[in-house]
Amino acid sequence: MSTPNAPVTDEKSAPRSNPFRSFNFSTRFWVSLVIVVAVVVLGLAGLLYPTGSGEKVGSLYDAPGGGLPLGTDNFGHDVLAVLMAGTRTSLIIGLVAGTIATAIGVAVGLVAGFVGGWLEEVLMGITNVVLAIPSIIVLILISISLPQSSIWSLAVVIGITAWPWTARAVRAQASSVATREHIDVARLSGARLPSILLVDVLPYILSYAVMAFVLQVSGAILAESALSMLGLGPSGTDSLGTQLHWALAFQAVATGAWWAFLPPTIVLTLVSFGFLLLQASLDEVFNPRLRRGKKKQMKQAAARRAKEAAALAAGEQAPAAGADPRPVPTSAGGAA
Amino acid sequence: MNLGRYILQKTGWYLVALVAAVGLNFLLPRLVPGNPVDVIVSNLTRGGSITGEQQQQIYETYVAEFGLDKPLWEQFFTYLGKVFTGDLGTSFANYPASVNDLVGQALPWSVAVQLPAILIGWVLGNLVGAIAAFRGGNWDRSVFTSSLFLSSMPYYCLSILLLYVLAVVAGVFPVGGAYSLGLTPELSAEFLWDAVSYYWLPFLSLVIVFIGGQAVGMRSMAIYELGGDYVNYARAMGIRDNTITKYIFRNAMLPQITGLALSIGTLVGGALITELVFNYPGVGTLLFNAISQNDYPVIQAITLIITVAVLLANFVVEIVYGFVDPRIRAAKSGEK
Repeated sequence: MSTPNAPVTDEKSAPRSNPFRSFNFSTRFWVSLVIVVAVVVLGLAGLLYPTGSGEKVGSLYDAPGGGLPLGTDNFGHDVLAVLMAGTRTSLIIGLVAGTIATAIGVAVGLVAGFVGGWLEEVLMGITNVVLAIPSIIVLILISISLPQSSIWSLAVVIGITAWPWTARAVRAQASSVATREHIDVARLSGARLPSILLVDVLPYILSYAVMAFVLQVSGAILAESALSMLGLGPSGTDSLGTQLHWALAFQAVATGAWWAFLPPTIVLTLVSFGFLLLQASLDEVFNPRLRRGKKKQMKQAAARRAKEAAALAAGEQAPAAGADPRPVPTSAGGAA
Repeated sequence: MNLGRYILQKTGWYLVALVAAVGLNFLLPRLVPGNPVDVIVSNLTRGGSITGEQQQQIYETYVAEFGLDKPLWEQFFTYLGKVFTGDLGTSFANYPASVNDLVGQALPWSVAVQLPAILIGWVLGNLVGAIAAFRGGNWDRSVFTSSLFLSSMPYYCLSILLLYVLAVVAGVFPVGGAYSLGLTPELSAEFLWDAVSYYWLPFLSLVIVFIGGQAVGMRSMAIYELGGDYVNYARAMGIRDNTITKYIFRNAMLPQITGLALSIGTLVGGALITELVFNYPGVGTLLFNAISQNDYPVIQAITLIITVAVLLANFVVEIVYGFVDPRIRAAKSGEK
C-alpha cells in the first residue's frame, strides 16, 4: 500500500465506523435527549425507590428533610415517591396514546394522500371537522361518559382524539410521494395497494411519523394532566396531573408548600419542552434544509472549498484529494 | 375559486363541525350505562339531605326535561330545540338553579381574561417574532429559545409558577380569587379597581404563553420571507429597509392569521385550568365544580358554549383570511 492512498481509506472508513456521525446531531438534540432521558429515568427510578406512593409516611405537608427529600403531600405520602409513580403513569399514557394517535393519523393521512379522490375529500373532511372542535372538550365529554377511568382507557381516549393534525401533515407528504416514479414502477410490477402504501410510501414519510409521535407523546402527557386537574384523571392511580390536582385542591400553593406542587410542575414543563426540542432537532436531522449552519461550520466549509479550489488549480498531480468528493462532507460532519 | 365559493365552502364545513360537536355533546353523556338521571339522583340523595318527595320531584323534572321516556332521536330534537332557544336546562347540583344563570355569572370573567389575552398576545407575539427575525444574532437566539420554552410550557404550569412566585412569595398580587371578600360584583370604581389587582395573574399567565407561541411562528415565517425573491429585488432597486420590512411583515403576517385560528382553541382549553389554579370564578372553575358534582347539564352547557365559541372564532378568522389573502382563494382547491 502506498502512502498517498492511506489517508483516503481512513477518511472513507470513518463514517462507517460511526453511523451516527452522518446524522450531524446538534447540541440542541443532545440537550433535549438528556431532558427526556432524565424524565424517563425519574419514572423508572420509582420501581427501585423503597417507599411506595400510597404509603403514609407523615402528616399534611411535612417540609422536606429527615429522609423525605421532597416532604409529604396532603395525604402524608412521600412526594418523591408519588412524583416517580406519577411520572411513570404519565409516560405510559403518553406512549400508549401517542402510538394510537400516530397510528391512526398516519393511516388516515397515507390513504387520503395516496389514494386521493373522493376518499381523500371524505377523510380530510372528517379530519378538519375533528380538528376544529377543541380536543379538550371531546376529552371531557368522553371522560364524563366513562363509568370508571383507568390509565388505559384514558390513554385510548386521548389517542383517538389527538390524531387529526398528524393525519393532515402525513396527507400532504403522502400526496407528494404518490406522484413519484417509483410508485409507477411498483404499480406496473403488480403490487397491491396495501403493499405499495407500506413498502413504497411509508418509508418516505417515516421521519414525519417519528416526529409526530414525539409531539403526540408530550401532547398526550399534557392532555392527561389537564384532564386530571379538572378531576377526570385515572382513579386510584398517581399521575403528574392528579398530583397537581390534589396539591391545588388542598391549597398547597397558597400555604407555600412548594414541595407539593413544584416537582410535578417542573417535570411537566420539562416533558413538554424536552419533547418539543427533540422534535425540532430531529426535524433538523431528517431535513437538512432546515439546518442553519453554525458560524464555525460555515467558516470551515468556506476554508475547505478554498483549499479544494486551490488543489484543483494546482493541477492533476494530487488525484487523491481532488478525485473523491466524499471525504469532504464527512470530515465536516466529524468536525462539528 | 372566487371569494363567494370560498366563504360558502367554509360555512359548509363549519356547519358540519357544529352539528358534529352538538351531536357529541348530546350523545356522549347519554352513553353512561343505565338511565343517567337514576344514577345522578341516587348520587344526589346519598348525602341524605333530600327527602323522598323532593327526589321524586327532581327525577320527574329531569325526565321531562330530557324527554328520557322518548326514543333517542326525539331526545336529540328536544335537545336541539332547547339549545337553539337558549335554554341550557337546570343544574343537577344546584337544583333548581338554571344553567343559564350559572354560566351567565361565570362567562364574563372568562371572556374578560381570554379576549384581551388573545388579542394583545397575538399582536405582541408577532412584533417580537418579527423583530427577532430582522435583528438576528444574539437577540434572535435569546428570543427564540425563550419563546420556544414559554410556548411549550403548559398554561397551568406557568400559572402555578406565577401564582407562587408573584403572589405567595413576593406578595405583589393577591392569592387567587377575582375580588376581595366582602365586595359584590358591580360596576363601581372601587370594585373594578379591586378586581384589576386580581386580574393580572390569570391574564399574564395566558398572555405570556400565547406571545411565545405566536413569536415562534412569526419568526420562522419572517426568516422564510427574508429569503424571498421580492426582497432581493427590492434591495437591488434600492428600496429602503423600512419599506422592505413592511413588505416582509405583511407577507409573514398572513399565515399568522391561520395560526391565530389554531391557537384559540388551545388557549381556551388552557384557560379552563388557569382559572382553576387562580380560583378565578370563570367557566373553568364552574366546569371543575360541575365535574366534581356530576352536574351533567352544566358540563354539557360549558362544553357546548366553548365549542361554539371556538368554532365561531375559527370561522371568522378563516373568512377574514379569505378577504386578506387572494392566494388562499386560488390555492384552496389544492390544500384541504
